[in-house]
Amino acid sequence: MTFVVWLHEYDPAQRPLLGGKNASLAELLSAGLPVPPGFAVTVGAYHTLRDHADLRREVGRLLAEMDLGDAAGLEQLSATIRGRLEQVPMHDGVARAVRSAYEALCERCQLEAVPVAVRSSATSEDLPDASFAGEHDTYLWVRGAADVLRQVTRCWSSLFTARAIAYRREMGHDHDVVSMSVGVQKMVHPRASGVAFTLNPSDGDRSQVAVESAWGFGEGVVSGEVTPDSFLVDKVLGTIARRTVSDKAFEYRLTDGDTVGRVAVEEARRTAPSLTDDEVCAVARLARRAEKHYGCAQDVEWAVDRDLPAGDNVILLQARPETVWSRREPTPVAVPGTDFMSSIVRTLLSPLHARPTQERPP
Amino acid sequence: MADRFPSPFDIETPPGAEGWQELYTYSLPFSEDRREYEDSMFWFQDGVHWPEALTPWDATFLEYALASLSQYNTRHYLIPPALGVDYRVLNGYTYLSPVGVADPAEVEARVPHFLERAGFYFQNWDTLYEQWMTKIRGLIGEMETLRFEPLPAMEDLAVVTEGRGVGSGFEIQRSYHKLLDLALQLWQYHFEFLNLGYAAYLDFFGFCKQVFPSIPDLAIAKMVAGVEVDLFKPDEELKKLARLAVESGVGDAFGATPPTTVIEALRASDAGRAWLAEWEASAQPWFNFSAGSGFYHTDEIWLEHLEIPFGFVRDYIAKLRSGVDISRPIEAIRAERDRIVAEYGELLATDEDRAAFEQKLGLARVVFPYVENHNFYVEHWSHSVLWRKMRQLGGVFVKEGFFGDENDVFYLKRDEVPEALWDMYSAWAVGVQPRGPKYWGRELERRKRILTALRSWSPPPALGEPPEVVTEPFTIMLWGITGESVKQWLGASGTDGGLKGFAASPGVAEGEARVIFSADQIGEVREGEILVAPLTAPSWAPIFGKIRATVTDVGGMMAHAAIVCREYGLPAVTGTAFGTKTIKTGQRIRVDGNAGTVTLLD
Repeated sequence: MTFVVWLHEYDPAQRPLLGGKNASLAELLSAGLPVPPGFAVTVGAYHTLRDHADLRREVGRLLAEMDLGDAAGLEQLSATIRGRLEQVPMHDGVARAVRSAYEALCERCQLEAVPVAVRSSATSEDLPDASFAGEHDTYLWVRGAADVLRQVTRCWSSLFTARAIAYRREMGHDHDVVSMSVGVQKMVHPRASGVAFTLNPSDGDRSQVAVESAWGFGEGVVSGEVTPDSFLVDKVLGTIARRTVSDKAFEYRLTDGDTVGRVAVEEARRTAPSLTDDEVCAVARLARRAEKHYGCAQDVEWAVDRDLPAGDNVILLQARPETVWSRREPTPVAVPGTDFMSSIVRTLLSPLHARPTQERPP
Repeated sequence: MADRFPSPFDIETPPGAEGWQELYTYSLPFSEDRREYEDSMFWFQDGVHWPEALTPWDATFLEYALASLSQYNTRHYLIPPALGVDYRVLNGYTYLSPVGVADPAEVEARVPHFLERAGFYFQNWDTLYEQWMTKIRGLIGEMETLRFEPLPAMEDLAVVTEGRGVGSGFEIQRSYHKLLDLALQLWQYHFEFLNLGYAAYLDFFGFCKQVFPSIPDLAIAKMVAGVEVDLFKPDEELKKLARLAVESGVGDAFGATPPTTVIEALRASDAGRAWLAEWEASAQPWFNFSAGSGFYHTDEIWLEHLEIPFGFVRDYIAKLRSGVDISRPIEAIRAERDRIVAEYGELLATDEDRAAFEQKLGLARVVFPYVENHNFYVEHWSHSVLWRKMRQLGGVFVKEGFFGDENDVFYLKRDEVPEALWDMYSAWAVGVQPRGPKYWGRELERRKRILTALRSWSPPPALGEPPEVVTEPFTIMLWGITGESVKQWLGASGTDGGLKGFAASPGVAEGEARVIFSADQIGEVREGEILVAPLTAPSWAPIFGKIRATVTDVGGMMAHAAIVCREYGLPAVTGTAFGTKTIKTGQRIRVDGNAGTVTLLD
């Protein structure tokens, strides 16, 4: 049984073992994109827990008593199940594999107790969109093998949040239908981070990349707590067409206690742009590379690593297909069967559409 | 914010300029006779071509150009929604007003004629364009044959023995009439293709804006732009000559001024003489190049002001010696253009759109060489010849005591010149003194005073009630006048710390401003400064190697200057309306050529 797969050694045949998110990162890494090094704890590793006979019986019994109408009771049930799951000692083989992979990662990064992000990547062979049950857990700035092992277990148990349990019950899915792979990746220490779309979200223009950015870790942007700076970059010319710098009152950053926390941003930095123009363009290029790799519009997460030199410091954390505009059936603008003369006449008669108001910074 | 510009009838005459109307044809000023019509129209000041007050004769090209432009829209091709562009002069400055076809039924009725007539030109474009090149060169050849020489004390014996039957006084009058005919013919040729070229370009432009709603105008321009364009030739020739000077070891000669000293030094060696021979070969026609828009007799022409091209050659020599590569990277420019086209093509969502994109781009590229090249042949080369010939005529008047300076001839209206010629001829024929010297001596003094007063007046960017939207396609493309730019003029106080305009060339730069108003001041521009000017001319290209960015008062995306700005890859914001009035030399500013904004930092 394979319990650990290195992202840089990924083989597409292993996709079911890794889950969508980890497989996608591995694929981008092998395509030469700057993805932080790391490994996936496979679905097989999770199965050592799921298939633990005593536990299985106990969880089954707890779930049978569930009352969907009782929200507080459901939370209590979730806490009980997660507590139980986290108490079960990890399978020896899994623990050994994860520990030695983490040590290899430390060596690879030439850092003692390299800080890593531990992220869940839910998967299902039967359900097309395994993230249906909402966010699973992510643990930032985890250091040391013991902590890594503990957070892997917590990721596993996040399959049993109250929301996930209720959802599966409502949909009539068996609780075994989902599995979990966990990604362990070297943690970027970001000066700024955010998201990017490889189209203009307001008009669907595929020739632009929209970049949103804030100070520190990306959690504030992803969750919507911080109003990010936003930029529109022209894909083909590589120029910034529009920039809006926002007041960024707080950021997620590394605190004195070596953990990631929400901290107020000092006055001078609040209204300063969180990216230089060169960085904005580098983020847009990175998003464009992901788009070219997958051949469809992408929604990516990225970070600017404060420890890497300018030019090599924009890192890709995540890429998934853009869904809002991409779901629309493309309708051609060209009117079929018209010759150039009638087209010119149409343009002359309605030059209004020919020149919409130029986009200006507000 | 005001909702309209002043009425032309509310504009006062600047003190000292009383009587300015008499300096122009009676149909040029706004007048009570047409007040109702004139007050109902929206007029914008054309600073792209005429940023300064016009002397009487210089108004000739304004009238020839606008009437010819209009004639093609209205009477040749029947552009369905557009008649011509009406024109007036107010306090010496040019105001234009696009005239639309108001009645939808009439627009409809014009369509089949447009399809037939414009269609013929589009289908036979290459043949007709080749024919145009022959016609324009023939026309310039005819201009070159014009002679204006002082009237002889006694006619040549051959006039008698060959039985010619006409004398020099007749010839000089005929030559002047011919000059006017050739000039009008030139402007007829100018618009033979231009309006159609813009129409095809606008069609591609409109399509791109529909498929990519946020595509920068600049990207569209880049897809269509030619790589080897005649308008860039003069600069290319200078670079070639600078290289030759360095290679043949005559570069030091350019350290001297004035140009006569440079030429003397060059004549002293074989290598220098070889360089001068190369110079002569390049000069005709390429240095018939105006340092301005070509529409003013005061615009300096390279051939006649050698200090300008020699100065550029000197700068290029210095660059070459310090190891800078001054050549235009033709292959890289071509590759970049192909990349842009390929990437936009890839981003299109459907095969139908890809087919339409290719077809429209194809047509735009067929027509575009004319749009880019005509400017050299008409405003630069032909006008240079015409100004030169007019100065010869001015010299004749000087010789006869009419004027103190050959350029005084431009203070006469074009139809006053025949009167003055008649006076000169008639007195010569009779053998007495003409009235001209006294008459024009007085009158020119008065006119010069008026012009001085007009030059110190600042024309408002527009007059009358602005339209909600501007629909006339050529006004949009050539002058960059849109509903939005007009609103900006209305709202601009000119002092709120920033300016907006067209994002004409991408990039962002900060630096000290250098505000200059004419080509004479080019020498003041120092390394690393940001050029702020009413407009830039194609012939300013060599200083683009020194400056960081450009800000102009006027111009749209397809104005001649914009084409060249992009070519040299500097951030540029054009059409700010108030740039030269708001920004002071030495002030630090930030130019954002992506967003079309200028920020004043001090």
